[in-house]
Amino acid sequence: MTDHTARVAQGDTVEITVTVNDVEHVVDTEPRQLLVHLVRERLGLTGTHIGCDTSSCGACTVLIDGKAIKACTMLAVQADGRSLTTVEGLKSNGTRDPVQQAFTDEHGLQCGFCTPGMMLVAKVLLENNPDPSEDEIRWALSGNLCRCTGYVNIVKSVQAAARAATQAPVDA
Amino acid sequence: MTTIEAPAPPGTPGTQGPPSTPREIGGIGHRIPRHEDARLIEGQGNFLDDVVLPGMLHMAILRADVAHAKINSIDTAAASAVDGVIAIVTGELMAQHNLAWMPTLSGDTQAVLVTDKVRYQGQEIAAVIATDRYIAEDAVSLIEVDYEMLPPVTTPQQAMEHGAPLIRDEKDGQTDNLVYEWESGDEAATDAAFASADRIVSIETHYPRSHPSPLETCGVIADVNSVTGQATLYLTSQAPHAHRTLFAMVAGLPEQDIRIISPDLGGGFGNKVPIYPGYVVATAASLLLGAPVKWIETRSENLISTGFARDYYMKGELAVNDDGRIQALRVDMLSDQGAFFADAQPTKFKAGLFHVVTGSYDYPSAHIKCRGAFTNKAPGGVAYRCSFRITEASFLIERLVQTAAYELDIDPAEFRLRNFIQPEQFPYESPTGFVYDSGDYPTALRKALDAVGYEQLREEQVAKRAEGKLMGIGIAHFTEAVGAGPSKQYDIAGLKMFDSAELRVHPTGKAILKLGVKSQGQGHETTFAQIVAEELGIPVTDVKVVEGDTDHTPYGLGTYASRSTPVGGAATAMVARKLADKARLIAAHLLEAADADIELENGKLFVRGTPDRSVTIQDVAFAAYTNLPDGMEHGLEGVTYYDPPNLTYPYGSYVVVVDVDADTGEWEVRRMVALDDCGVRINPMIVEGQIHGGLTEGFAMSSMQWITFDDEGNCIGSNFMDYLLPTSWETPRFELLETSVPSPHHPIGAKGVGESATVGSPAAFVNAVVDAVAHLGVRNIDMPVLPDRVWSAIQGASGGD
Repeated sequence: MTDHTARVAQGDTVEITVTVNDVEHVVDTEPRQLLVHLVRERLGLTGTHIGCDTSSCGACTVLIDGKAIKACTMLAVQADGRSLTTVEGLKSNGTRDPVQQAFTDEHGLQCGFCTPGMMLVAKVLLENNPDPSEDEIRWALSGNLCRCTGYVNIVKSVQAAARAATQAPVDA
Repeated sequence: MTTIEAPAPPGTPGTQGPPSTPREIGGIGHRIPRHEDARLIEGQGNFLDDVVLPGMLHMAILRADVAHAKINSIDTAAASAVDGVIAIVTGELMAQHNLAWMPTLSGDTQAVLVTDKVRYQGQEIAAVIATDRYIAEDAVSLIEVDYEMLPPVTTPQQAMEHGAPLIRDEKDGQTDNLVYEWESGDEAATDAAFASADRIVSIETHYPRSHPSPLETCGVIADVNSVTGQATLYLTSQAPHAHRTLFAMVAGLPEQDIRIISPDLGGGFGNKVPIYPGYVVATAASLLLGAPVKWIETRSENLISTGFARDYYMKGELAVNDDGRIQALRVDMLSDQGAFFADAQPTKFKAGLFHVVTGSYDYPSAHIKCRGAFTNKAPGGVAYRCSFRITEASFLIERLVQTAAYELDIDPAEFRLRNFIQPEQFPYESPTGFVYDSGDYPTALRKALDAVGYEQLREEQVAKRAEGKLMGIGIAHFTEAVGAGPSKQYDIAGLKMFDSAELRVHPTGKAILKLGVKSQGQGHETTFAQIVAEELGIPVTDVKVVEGDTDHTPYGLGTYASRSTPVGGAATAMVARKLADKARLIAAHLLEAADADIELENGKLFVRGTPDRSVTIQDVAFAAYTNLPDGMEHGLEGVTYYDPPNLTYPYGSYVVVVDVDADTGEWEVRRMVALDDCGVRINPMIVEGQIHGGLTEGFAMSSMQWITFDDEGNCIGSNFMDYLLPTSWETPRFELLETSVPSPHHPIGAKGVGESATVGSPAAFVNAVVDAVAHLGVRNIDMPVLPDRVWSAIQGASGGD
């Protein structure tokens, strides 16, 4: 674990190494910089959004070592040595993740501001529970707010993605 | 001049028939996946905070932490000394440029930065411009303000008391806290009806202060070029053209040098209609410093300082006869306006369209009296997902008819059916002067009641009550008035409420449609392309929709009050018809036929009676640039400014079933059946999505969304841990139904739907909870219907037995 006892003067930076969407970045960051600002402003990955500043809304959700976390209340230095996935990393080999495809097929987004966070949470859910019930989906998404959809079609999108994922190996 | 042809109701009466275009064209009625989705699901959206300009500086705002206080001094010395701070802007500096005050959308003035006294907690006092937002926030925390406390006024009742502290002491002639007095209807006729009615039923209720809270907060990047004078403002704006004009008027900048770009918006719901002080300060700072200045609100700033909604204290009375017929309505309303009168609403109506409060019922007279009061709270009164205060109106009348039904011992559904405006009465002029365009209310309500199994539920309710268990069935039948203009009645800050569409079909047959409205997630890039596809037969995927850039779109009033489809959608249909008329002339030339013999169907132009003699709309588009009849102007392009002849009147019947825990007051939604009639549905998938979202916000207002203040004027609901929004877990399941009675005056029969469910549903939820305890004598529980309020109502009622 990182030693948090060392004190750093304001304006000083520390060097961290963080892998984002399979690309390794070595960056100098102020110890107080929030992870979401590192991702958005230093790495230019603006698909991760800021909605509330208090980890209530989940618009800033990213995956760290495969777990969904809210990047607005984590320091960038805490990501040192770890691996992040943002919405920009959901596609693989030019193909949309089934969750992404399901969100447009099922009209699971309107303004699109919460969508990256919703999709990342859904991806983690389906990795751990490939065939979730509606209640399990709603519980998994309950840390993320959406103001447009009433969650109806977001739930349908996750259900559709689950179906697509279970059918995929058959096609392969 | 192209005439409006209202479509005959397609399919069987009351339902929308199948689409008239094939799927590959994708006109009206197709569930087309949204064009805007690709960028949004791949993290390539372009929201305001994503925009980065070279040399951009960052702004943070110092806000008042008290509600009412004179400012003796502001000490910025320590803040100025912070490395990276470029400038500190105070009210004094703004006043030197005559920008310390700005006009509001209701003809009042609002402080940009405080020069005399603080009038609400969260008010803007100073701004720091720095190289980095973190540094700007550091410096803000170092500014010292010496306050001289004044007594705060936190309710409109307190504000109206004799001798209450004067909030707007700077305003010429203002001697009390009254903002406005306004009335509508016929007082004498109403009084006469009340005097002769069998009985009077009344209810008093508060529609509490709420906040729209789109997930993206508000912000600006002001980029004023000190050499050319060009001012480019990237702005979270639902009304970019109107904002450009207002900026020109406030800042004195030449309008042609102002360009407003409203990029992807992360929701709006009315929050992004007003101009906020931060926009003006950032623009002034950019002008003075010669560098772009970015300001993005924090969520707390958004909640405590930008446009609140509702906050109406309403007393409604119905004069009714024992046969269950309403004779007249009387309403007395007092609104909490906050420190500045900043409602976004048409000039001549001081309480928006609240006077549509007579609702879906037929009676001859009504009288509506409204007063507004200044308080030490944030200004606003924005139409939060609602057409100018229609939400409050719909809530009151639907709560009132429910109460009347109880008092007369008539079933609430039956009471509504007895009083509905009947289908043959349309167009129907209401007692306050609205002319409802079309509808079939009895069919809508009966269909919703059948779907929910109303009779069986009432039987179940009787059985449950016998066991001491509480369940309730709540009905709301709302009628909205949306889609302003007509321009003779409706304006914003004097700008008439028309809207515009500009359409160009290129030589290859691909089209670009530019609009004066601005999507915040409603799917305009898809829906409006479908209208073009319907009218011209150009495949929907070949139509690109552009909005939100004042240099590149025709002038329009923007998106709020459900006006995009009623006005912008109508403009789109009309401009497409203009192009269709020209296309027919070109086709006649190509086919060597008479102009009058050419028909256009699904993108094919053919000679009537001989469909083999045909060209495609793509052939015609190419010919428009290459092979025209003599004397015809080149191109296939046009613009329409559409002034609607009337509002449109969407409506719906909602039924909610709740189970209430008598011991705790907690309530749970068992069923929510929502029937909406918004006329013709352009993209049913998108319409349903709008309804889902609206129902959820209605549920939220009825159960949790509540901006509260303590006695000193401290805003308690200043973050998402204290101001609760529903998650996927609390949000009920919805069952959607529809009927379709087209608007007779709209070119494609559409009425607008974005706000219907927010307007209609709060009363259905509250009526359901009250219905569960009505047999105990409970007649009202104010929103939000929190468990402790339900519990107290039950205890109070039982205690009275």
